[in-house]
Amino acid sequence: MKRRDFLKAAAAGAALCSAGAAQARPNLQPPEHAVGMLFDSTLCIGCKACVAKCKEVNHMPPVIEGDKTTWDSARGLSGKTLNVIKVYKNGTAEVKDAKVNGFCFEKRSCMHCVDPGCVSVCPVTAMRRSPLTGIVTHHPEVCIGCRNCMVGCPYDVPQFEYNKTFGQIQKCQMCNQAGLERVDKGQLTGCAEVCPTGATLFGPRKALLAEAKRRMALKPGEIYNYPRGNVSKPYSHHEKAVPVYQSHIWGEKEAGGTNVMHISAVPFDKLGMPPLGERSPASIAEGVQHTLYNYMALPAIALAGLTYVVRRNTDDDNDGGEL
Amino acid sequence: MSAYKPLGGRILTAPFIFFAVIFLISLYFMAQRFIFGMGAASNLNGGFAWGIWVVYDVVIGTAFACGGYALAFTVYVFNKGQYHPLVRPAILASLLGYAMGGFGAFFDMGRWWQFYEIFLPWNWNFNSVMLEVGLCVSAYILVLALEFAPVYLEKIGAKGLLKTLNKLLFFFIALGMLLPTMHQSSLGSLLIVMGQKVHPLWQSWQFQPLLALLSALIMGFSIVIFEASFSTVGFRRASETSLLAGLGKIILGLLISFLLVRTVLLVVQGNLDQLFAGDRATLLYLIETVLFLIPVFILASPVNRNDGGKLLIAAVSMLLGGALYRFDAFLFTLNPGVGYSYFPSVPEIMVTLGVVSFEIMAYLVLVKTLPVLHREEHA
Ligand code: SF4
Ligand code: SF4
Ligand code: SF4
Repeated sequence: MKRRDFLKAAAAGAALCSAGAAQARPNLQPPEHAVGMLFDSTLCIGCKACVAKCKEVNHMPPVIEGDKTTWDSARGLSGKTLNVIKVYKNGTAEVKDAKVNGFCFEKRSCMHCVDPGCVSVCPVTAMRRSPLTGIVTHHPEVCIGCRNCMVGCPYDVPQFEYNKTFGQIQKCQMCNQAGLERVDKGQLTGCAEVCPTGATLFGPRKALLAEAKRRMALKPGEIYNYPRGNVSKPYSHHEKAVPVYQSHIWGEKEAGGTNVMHISAVPFDKLGMPPLGERSPASIAEGVQHTLYNYMALPAIALAGLTYVVRRNTDDDNDGGEL
Repeated sequence: MSAYKPLGGRILTAPFIFFAVIFLISLYFMAQRFIFGMGAASNLNGGFAWGIWVVYDVVIGTAFACGGYALAFTVYVFNKGQYHPLVRPAILASLLGYAMGGFGAFFDMGRWWQFYEIFLPWNWNFNSVMLEVGLCVSAYILVLALEFAPVYLEKIGAKGLLKTLNKLLFFFIALGMLLPTMHQSSLGSLLIVMGQKVHPLWQSWQFQPLLALLSALIMGFSIVIFEASFSTVGFRRASETSLLAGLGKIILGLLISFLLVRTVLLVVQGNLDQLFAGDRATLLYLIETVLFLIPVFILASPVNRNDGGKLLIAAVSMLLGGALYRFDAFLFTLNPGVGYSYFPSVPEIMVTLGVVSFEIMAYLVLVKTLPVLHREEHA
């Protein structure tokens, strides 16, 4: 083979190497009027009113364990459960919000990522992020069930109904899916509406972030007037001594940030949060894809080169490329 | 007259019946999955949404099926015509392997009854690596079918059609090289968005597509060696070792590139300390590295390159290494978070074995009835 041909043939390989040098696009930014929730673990008393309300508004069945039919025993997210309260226990588990010999509660539901992995990976656009509210919704009518959204979500939020013949993906859609549209109608999310302590607070992301920062700045032991319901127009308040917060707002920056943010007195890795960086993995993956497949230019050039080389090398002995 | 002929012989041999039995058993479990849902047949869960059906049948199975791809480069790009006799069996194995991957992907689809949604352009999400994989693998299965079509047309004696197809074949051969380059690299890109769930020893971020492609080529070339040696032994045909020896140098280059890129990335991306963690991941990484180093030592010597037995060892070692590399990244060291674990269920394993058995049965029948293998005097 002549050198010139080799160069042509190497085009495909070289194009691929360029992916290594691909510029990741920057992380997506939250929409101007993004809405979200702030979960303050130190306020949560583990009553699970939010779990029950979530099932009620979303018409999800309870999870029954053995003969305990009086209450919902959901321990984790599943095709039947969009929201769950988990408990952290250490040692004697005596002191609320203590890392050692303490306990606390943690909410698990969709974080409504600012740069969501589930949306980026879905081949058929069955996961959509609202450009207005930032809410991430799921659209089963086009979903093929490849479950890439599940592996692409850092929090394992989307859940497939494995036990149904014709299952679908389930996830929290901030109570704003077609048919429910609580947010669009000016209502609160189900879980924030019923939370008796304001541990789950609804509102514009900006206002929630400001509230979280305000709490970080408080002195432990001080009395603070905690709002309930919507951070911008709370329906009531209650007074409580300020705990020793970790100075970390989960979701301000993690993997590009989330619209549902958490604050806590116990470090987040103890609460089962994943070890994320600030860069959203979706931004890196999309950077690579768009470098390689922009307007299909590289594949087209590679195909032209390959066609030329194959044509030449098959012409020598016969008319086509007889196999 | 064609230079190829059907192998002939009995179809219902003992191995064929053995594979048929496995396949029949697997049908029972396949039915279970479709009637009662995925949960009834698999151990898939919220953290491990992809089990062996995706990771073995699709991600690894299609890499095993890269023989046709690797050989096409050798014959048509590097213009090594002496390998031509291997092309037909390699294309057939690739067609069957990719068909199996395609079936695996469909079988694993949670909402298989609306699989066609991925082919409707108005649904396409161009940010999605999965879209690229889905469309590109589907297209490649069609291209492989077209590349294999002349064998069938020759058999039924459709001369006119054969002539037309042969005139256009050069374009399909080129496509048959482009498409695997695209989707085999994308199979690696699937790992990028999985982010920190992927162990740092396997999370090479932007370099995932490059490493995936190199591993696909390595596995593709070793499959060529493996298949040719296997058919030599199994069907008692004259040894094709001398033909295979020349492939050794290409493979050597690929192996060294793969090991080099990985090692450099380990240092540059700051994960060297992971090698000294002394845990299961370290062990798996070291096993992979040894599996890739064995063929390097074998192929580095020209004497070994002409030794059929040694070549076979090298090929098997590379296939295991490549398969382990993908298994480790997607499954064995994947960490979706506390509370999740996965080990394939009996039905999952049986379905995978059943699909592989079907692939082998189809290969045996087709080489015996269609002109796939080269006549011995030419080999
Ligand atoms: S938490 Fe998971 S499901 Fe929710 S938006 Fe983020 S990536 Fe999507
Ligand atoms: S399972 Fe459905 S929603 Fe999730 S990535 Fe696949 S097609 Fe999209
Ligand atoms: S926002 Fe709605 S769907 Fe989401 S956890 Fe709260 S109640 Fe459930």
